[in-house]
Amino acid sequence: MSTPTSPGRPAVPASSPAPYAAPRAATSVPTGRLGIWWFLASEVVIFGGLVTIYVLFRLRHPEWGKLAAHTMTVAGAVNTLVLLTSSLTMVLAHESVERGNLRLASQAMLQSVFAGGVFLVIKAFEYTHEIVQGFTPVAGLFWSFYFAMTGLHALHVLGGLVAILAVRRAVQRGENPHRVEYVGIYWHFVDVVWIFLFPLLYLASRG
Amino acid sequence: MSHDGHAEAAGLWSRIFSTDHKVIAKQYLFTGIAMAFLGGILAQIMRLQLSNPGHPVPGLGVVQGIKYNATVTMHGTVMIFWVAMPLLLGAFGNFLIPLMVGTRDMAFPRLNMLSYWTFFLSTVVLVSSFLVPGGPSPVGWTAYPPLSAIPAYSGNTWGVHLWILAVALELVAFLMGGINYITTAINLRAPGMRMRDLPLVVWMQIAASIIFLFSVGPLVAGAVMLLLDRTAGTGFYNPAAGGDPLLFQHLFWFFGHPEVYVLLLPGLGIVAEILPVFSRKPIFGYRMIVWSTVVTGLLSFVVWAHHQFVSGIDPRLAAPFSLTTILISVPVAVTLFCFMATLYRGSIEFKTPMLFALGMMAVFLIGGVTGILNGSAAADIYIHDTYFVVAHFHYALIPPVFFSFFAGIYYWYPKMFGRMMNETLGRLHFLGTFLFVNVTFLPMFVMGLRGYPRRVYDPSQFVALGNMGGMQILATIGTAGLLFSQVPLLINFFGSMKRGRVAGANPWRANTLEWLAPSPPQHGNFDEIPSVYRWPYEYSAPGRDNDWYPQHVAPEGALSRKAG
Amino acid sequence: MFDWLPRAASTYAHDIDGLIWLITAIVGVWFILAEAVLVFLIVRYRRRPGHPAAYVTGDRRRQVAWILVPCVAILACDLIIDGASAHVWEKMKQTQPKPELEIRIEGRQWAWIFVHPGPDGRLDTPDDVVKMNEIHVPVNAVVRFALRSSDTLHSLWIPELRLKQDAVPGRTIYGWFEATRTGSYGVLCAELCGAAHGMMRGTLTVDEPDVYRGWVAAEASPPPAAGAASPATTSAASTSPAAPASTPATKGAIAR
Ligand code: HEA
Ligand code: HEA
Ligand code: CUA
Ligand SMILES: [Cu+2]
Repeated sequence: MSTPTSPGRPAVPASSPAPYAAPRAATSVPTGRLGIWWFLASEVVIFGGLVTIYVLFRLRHPEWGKLAAHTMTVAGAVNTLVLLTSSLTMVLAHESVERGNLRLASQAMLQSVFAGGVFLVIKAFEYTHEIVQGFTPVAGLFWSFYFAMTGLHALHVLGGLVAILAVRRAVQRGENPHRVEYVGIYWHFVDVVWIFLFPLLYLASRG
Repeated sequence: MSHDGHAEAAGLWSRIFSTDHKVIAKQYLFTGIAMAFLGGILAQIMRLQLSNPGHPVPGLGVVQGIKYNATVTMHGTVMIFWVAMPLLLGAFGNFLIPLMVGTRDMAFPRLNMLSYWTFFLSTVVLVSSFLVPGGPSPVGWTAYPPLSAIPAYSGNTWGVHLWILAVALELVAFLMGGINYITTAINLRAPGMRMRDLPLVVWMQIAASIIFLFSVGPLVAGAVMLLLDRTAGTGFYNPAAGGDPLLFQHLFWFFGHPEVYVLLLPGLGIVAEILPVFSRKPIFGYRMIVWSTVVTGLLSFVVWAHHQFVSGIDPRLAAPFSLTTILISVPVAVTLFCFMATLYRGSIEFKTPMLFALGMMAVFLIGGVTGILNGSAAADIYIHDTYFVVAHFHYALIPPVFFSFFAGIYYWYPKMFGRMMNETLGRLHFLGTFLFVNVTFLPMFVMGLRGYPRRVYDPSQFVALGNMGGMQILATIGTAGLLFSQVPLLINFFGSMKRGRVAGANPWRANTLEWLAPSPPQHGNFDEIPSVYRWPYEYSAPGRDNDWYPQHVAPEGALSRKAG
Repeated sequence: MFDWLPRAASTYAHDIDGLIWLITAIVGVWFILAEAVLVFLIVRYRRRPGHPAAYVTGDRRRQVAWILVPCVAILACDLIIDGASAHVWEKMKQTQPKPELEIRIEGRQWAWIFVHPGPDGRLDTPDDVVKMNEIHVPVNAVVRFALRSSDTLHSLWIPELRLKQDAVPGRTIYGWFEATRTGSYGVLCAELCGAAHGMMRGTLTVDEPDVYRGWVAAEASPPPAAGAASPATTSAASTSPAAPASTPATKGAIAR
């Protein structure tokens, strides 16, 4: 705590207001990681709120169990595996960065992006299948929840892909390697959300 | 750590899209002030219709029906989300946190910039809803479905769409801001500054941001669901489709109640900074205040259904929610009593910031104790949705949103703009505001007790409830007086930028770190990052010549850190 | 003297009024005390030459007690308020005295629809008295109501009865009241329900039982002629002694 600080850079004249980088970490946690954790806390409340509402409705409507049978459980299960794999490759990427192997890290990130892409393709296939059968988002409250929750999750996957690609480009140039950890944390969160959504929306169909 | 590689192109562009927390603070400040005019004018329009029902309001025709409902809705929305939030959190949070913890900027300056511009976008969306066919949203700031979910019921399509979009964007903007505030205060503290050396206003800003962060998520989801109900035809809130209108009320108030403490806490924080400086005494019970803030924050999550006592929820829920609600009086009282004890044996100087800080406490007490009447479920059966509630929440909101804000402006103006504000005009402003707030809102308690309901545009309909005409006129006169009382502030605020006496770095002889930086501080704030040696409230310490002892001044001789 | 609250006209109105005044008294004392202390401190410790401020941080145990002891007293006051409040709440919302009359109420944009049982004392029979913005009840009789809404939220609000209850589409909410004073009172809507929310009002007429009975009899749709009624009804009426049974039921609904 009493370590002297490096002010980052000398006082800059007001005419070129470049942003200041966070110069120190008063706790031992890096500032970026702290920020990501608080960001995820806010995400947890959003998804937590949705899941709670859904569960309360589901308890009130036991007949939704039958509707859940119309979802593509196999596709969902495959997607669970796909996301878990992509999380694994993110861990690999982080580890490689720690060991200074940026090439391997960027490769692992590409694998995660690929897996994320596969997830979205499968999801799109599922959506088409369901909508063709008449299970549109307005076909009933269960389907509204199904599309709203998986849709919001898919948006998070999409955002994650963009973020990983952006970090990867920087890492290839040797910039900001610590950000691999941060997108990784986010990516694991997206994975965990799916692990909640999958059983809630696809399984438990014996209502 | 990160951005060192490339410098941004200088010039106008980078000044508008600045990442400097002080510039962003001022952007929030000026947007908030502009919106305060809008909110105030809307209030005056409402008051004119209420005291003179059926007569045209100059320039607007008769404000009845949907037009009146839209005026109420936009007044409430603007005041809470576009005045209180940007002024208390956006302006003061951004300006003070980096300066007071002794760092050069926020933890994530670009995120901070994004936060403001998201807020700006939300402002544009909201204001544009005044221009769409059908006018702005007329469904109340609480936007209860089915009225808000089915356009045919409210007679408004685009206004409500845009309202939901604007509020959702605004919430996201402050979510980004909040992450920055929390991270900055936790991690970017100057060397030697422990959490218990943080000025209370910083504590309060963090607490408010955390409360906001943990309460807003479900409402963001709920707002998206509402928008889907309106546009895509889902039925989350539509009983005919198996949905539930009460669901939205739970989501709204799960956020809405914590939100009122999101506004109260920064307001109390500002008072906590000003009281010690102008009574030259340490704050009384620093630790008790921090703990009571934590308890208030925790309790605020388990009281939301007190807005729904008669909404059709299970009646067995009323007693527990009543209990938690009324218990909040204890931590809030701890804080207020600590503030009062700070005055004890002080040497109080009545500069304008101090007047507003003391006025804040005096007026908030009315809002606080009337909250207890609402909090009793059985008494609330009678006063719910009457003007009693309207009076309660204006008495609870105006102290943090206006009194604290004004106190903070008078106090930190020299730091923000480098010059002092005029004392005489300041006193005039205080006297007018203090007087007319009471003239406006005391009559509303009386109307409410007579049973007069909210959001009703023609009081003359309710002769059976007693003649409210006199009370209505009094309240309208009060509002006009209140608006008029802001003229000295405007003259003072804009005039002092050029004409005010040049303020030194530390015109109030205060201890906190922002007074070490020049007024106004340059980009990067400090020539050299200060080290911190003590808590922020070392006033009139025994055995010293000066009655203040700034946080950054090293104790003579000794290198060891004195315990607070 | 100015009446702060409208004149009470139901059994539980006095409980509510008593509660409101109890809470007002308790918090009023605290409020006056707090303001008085505040003003005293402000005046007493204004800046005067020769009176420097003292260094008091409020960390000593004695000083902490200045705050915490009053707060324990506040806690006690809170519990008193909660107890009294829960008691009244339970009486009003969690108990249902035996009803002597059942009325169905529906809120819609922008009117109150009141369905009174006809002379047979039962709802859902052809002699029901359906009124828009007009409700009649006998004095001193427990009235149970079923409240619904057909569009948005509304809130049944009768100040003199101290009765307020939201109507929620998709649910039926039950409640009760017992009017104690004859006369006519305003029925308002307390929940924002659209353009004419402010104009949505009706009248409650509380009558002596026989006056009420007379009103119902006069308003009831003409009793179904044998030919007009459906065959099932006719045969039931003619073959079973059910018809006379309605007389005691009607009596039971109103007499006391
Ligand atoms: C900053 C804003 C703010 C603050 C701080 C508060 C503070 C409180 N509010 Fe308020 N409230 C609102 C803003 C605020 N409120 C708004 C905007 C609404 C309406 C929304 C709408 O419907 O549009 C509302 C509505 C509202 C309701 C719903 C009313 C209804 O619709 O029927 C209730 C019910 O319980 C309530 C209770 C309280 C309580 C118990 C407190 C407590 O925190 C107060 C605690 C403080 C004190 C008690 C004073 C200090 C203590 C003492 C002096 C000691 C003595 C006290 C005792 C012995 C008890 N408020
Ligand atoms: C922070 C919140 C806030 C504030 C400050 C106010 C301020 C005022 N409010 Fe409002 N009000 C609400 C929040 C607020 N209100 C909410 C949430 C509702 C409920 C809405 C609903 O039911 O949906 C409501 C509803 C409401 C009603 C009920 C309408 C109805 O139910 O039919 C009324 C009626 O009189 C009213 C009146 C007023 C008046 C006269 C003021 C006056 O105090 C206004 C005076 C204005 C000013 C004093 C602003 C001037 C300040 C500046 C210009 C700043 C300048 C600064 C610098 C230059 C540095 N308000
Ligand atoms: Cu019906 Cu308001
Ligand atoms: Cu509340």
